[in-house]
Amino acid sequence: MSDDDQVRGILLSHGKLAEGMVDAVQRIVGVDDDVLVALSNEGHNSQGLADSIDAVLGDSPAVIFTDLCTGSCAVTAQITCRGGGRRVVVFGMNLPMLLEFVFHRRLALEDLVPRLLEKGKQSMKSSPIAE
Amino acid sequence: MPVLLFRVDERLIHGQVVMGWGAELQLEHYLVVDDELAQSTWEQDLYRQGLPEGARAEFLQVNQAAARLEIFEADPRRTMLLTRSIVAMRELVDRGALKGHRVNLGGLHYSSGRTERLSYIFLGESEETELKAILEGGVAVFARDLPGSRAVDVTSLLIDP
Repeated sequence: MSDDDQVRGILLSHGKLAEGMVDAVQRIVGVDDDVLVALSNEGHNSQGLADSIDAVLGDSPAVIFTDLCTGSCAVTAQITCRGGGRRVVVFGMNLPMLLEFVFHRRLALEDLVPRLLEKGKQSMKSSPIAE
Repeated sequence: MPVLLFRVDERLIHGQVVMGWGAELQLEHYLVVDDELAQSTWEQDLYRQGLPEGARAEFLQVNQAAARLEIFEADPRRTMLLTRSIVAMRELVDRGALKGHRVNLGGLHYSSGRTERLSYIFLGESEETELKAILEGGVAVFARDLPGSRAVDVTSLLIDP
């Protein structure tokens, strides 16, 4: 798989959450700027946000990570994926799934996405272990 | 129970609406008035994902909503009416559907030709024209994103009131 075919990621959030998460990923593993791109819904309507997503991604295969599974970010993300199979939305992003994404973005979307979801869920724990 | 809030918000059913206003007004019913959305069941389902448990949403065209507003006013459910454009709200005003009510501007964001009036309100020439038409229709308009925020009379936001 060429670099052009590797999956790209967009983080879409309320406020500065996406920006902060990209910053955290950069500090832990360091990635090129266009691998994970942060977008905030601040000051954007749905169409403006959708246009920004399309401008960043073009035809690249992509995962759009959102903070919540409902609301403006989630709705817009799903609308931008309606046209084809090269984009998938993953709701409820967390740092472990983003790191997994960076290390495995050479995989095809159908293999990558289940892996991200599994990693994200596995990372939700408590100490001591909840009954 | 009358419609408790008439709101213009480009994001329609989202966090500020269901968690902010929904909790404050104990809303049970969201009436979304938008010609385009009323014909897209797929998109309606996306918005319904954001509803709290027990709440319902209906999606109507402007003509349908204007014709049925008296019915909604008599509906026992606590209702918010939402449009994503000022034009749609102005059309309801033109049909006499908002007599005795006020309009809440909740979220109009940046796009080409608009300038910032409040952090959550961006207006351009066409929006100003529509707002003036609403005011001339005898319906007051105030900007307020959340129940805890300060209500701002829209006339103070217009470049040429």
